[in-house]
Amino acid sequence: MYALLSSIPYWGETLLRLLGGAVAVLLPAGTIVYLFLFKMMSFMQSRLGPMEAGPYGSMQLFAEVGKWLQKEDLLPERADSFVFKIAPLIVLASTFLLVAVVPFGPDAWFTNFEAGVFYALAVSSVSVLGILMAGWSSANKYSLLGGLRAAGQLIAYELPMILAVVGVVIQAGSMNLQNIVVAQNAGSIFGWDGLGNPYLLTQFVGFVIFMIAVQAELTQTPFDMPIAESELVSGYMTEYSGFRFLMFFIGEFATAGVFAFIASVLFLGGWGVPFSWFGWTGINDVDNWMNIGGPLIMLTKMLGLVFIIMWVRFSYPRFREDQLQRFAWKVLIPVSLVNIMATSVLKVAF
Amino acid sequence: MSDFLRSYLTVFWFGLLAFALAGLLLWVSSLLRPNHPTREKSMPYESGVDPVGEGWSQSQIRYYVFALLFVVFDVEAVFLFPWATQLERYGSFGLIEMGIFVAVLLLGLVYAWRKGVLRWV
Repeated sequence: MYALLSSIPYWGETLLRLLGGAVAVLLPAGTIVYLFLFKMMSFMQSRLGPMEAGPYGSMQLFAEVGKWLQKEDLLPERADSFVFKIAPLIVLASTFLLVAVVPFGPDAWFTNFEAGVFYALAVSSVSVLGILMAGWSSANKYSLLGGLRAAGQLIAYELPMILAVVGVVIQAGSMNLQNIVVAQNAGSIFGWDGLGNPYLLTQFVGFVIFMIAVQAELTQTPFDMPIAESELVSGYMTEYSGFRFLMFFIGEFATAGVFAFIASVLFLGGWGVPFSWFGWTGINDVDNWMNIGGPLIMLTKMLGLVFIIMWVRFSYPRFREDQLQRFAWKVLIPVSLVNIMATSVLKVAF
Repeated sequence: MSDFLRSYLTVFWFGLLAFALAGLLLWVSSLLRPNHPTREKSMPYESGVDPVGEGWSQSQIRYYVFALLFVVFDVEAVFLFPWATQLERYGSFGLIEMGIFVAVLLLGLVYAWRKGVLRWV
């Protein structure tokens, strides 16, 4: 794979990467919407979900996109039209920027930053700008309130997310996502390397905090105060219609997929299988077939994690705004600080 | 060009791809969709009731103290990450050093907590 990549010119390589990036954003989004939002939610509520378009309604998504494409694009009379129109694009762009850092195989990566964790955490907060822009520019009271709530919530849950990742960085000794994957798969638990050392086991507290923060960053129930439909219509998206609304929608579920990718890189061993199974010791020994197998492994792990996110979403009622802030500041942040100190003590001691 | 800058160029291409893809679909949509704006359609939506007053109504920003605290802890994270990567080299000296740093910040959080600013007023 690497030999193949180095023999093609830069523009060809970039085109391949962009194609891969588009697939890595849109394929999970489509799968998540069909599998979880259409089917799993229906089954949990004792109904069948879409059944007409294609076998078991599997073509429903294409029908939906076709429908949204034909919807009128409304602009509220008092709205700030440029900001109003560009906001969904920024939310979507933040998803694409986020996926650029996820490694899918030993050579199947888009960018290989030394400070990949930093980059991921920084870019993930760009979507807040888009949401604030949408809420502000609509000139609608519901939208404004929704946008402000979203900003408050995303600020509060950004911190537990960042602090939860520090534990992983301490264990791996690197901020490079590729190195974190290798450290997990080449590692061993008390000398036994049959499973590698997925940080899910050693950083379980960090994992739980990270997943809660992801739930909140995605504004999924129980953290859906910004788009609470029973009090704010649909928050910052109230005035959007047609394709721009669909962009928010795609952005939401694509970001769910990408966050699950990042969580599986950080805590579940990413694209790798335990290296001891095949007698590999480092990333240079990894066979070429992992460039094909890696993305499939990532997809499986991603679906598993998104299943948990959706399961929680469909099961729990909404937090009140003050409960939500209290939970972040008085529970998650202290716990994650303690987690960091405990991890570092254990790291130095052993 | 170095690999480092090339990576950032890739990031730029990814951002451009998002805008290009969205722009393309919006253009396709503009060929298909109707466009008949009327006064009623472009009124701000408030559940069918005619809106009263401005859309940009005064609303209290309740979380500016949270935002200040956020900046403090965000900067802390900037210091934590480089330390975390090199913990093996620093050993117990780095551990105690960072323990003091985190404790000072934790003290700040406890102070804010006791002052009651962590309440959503």
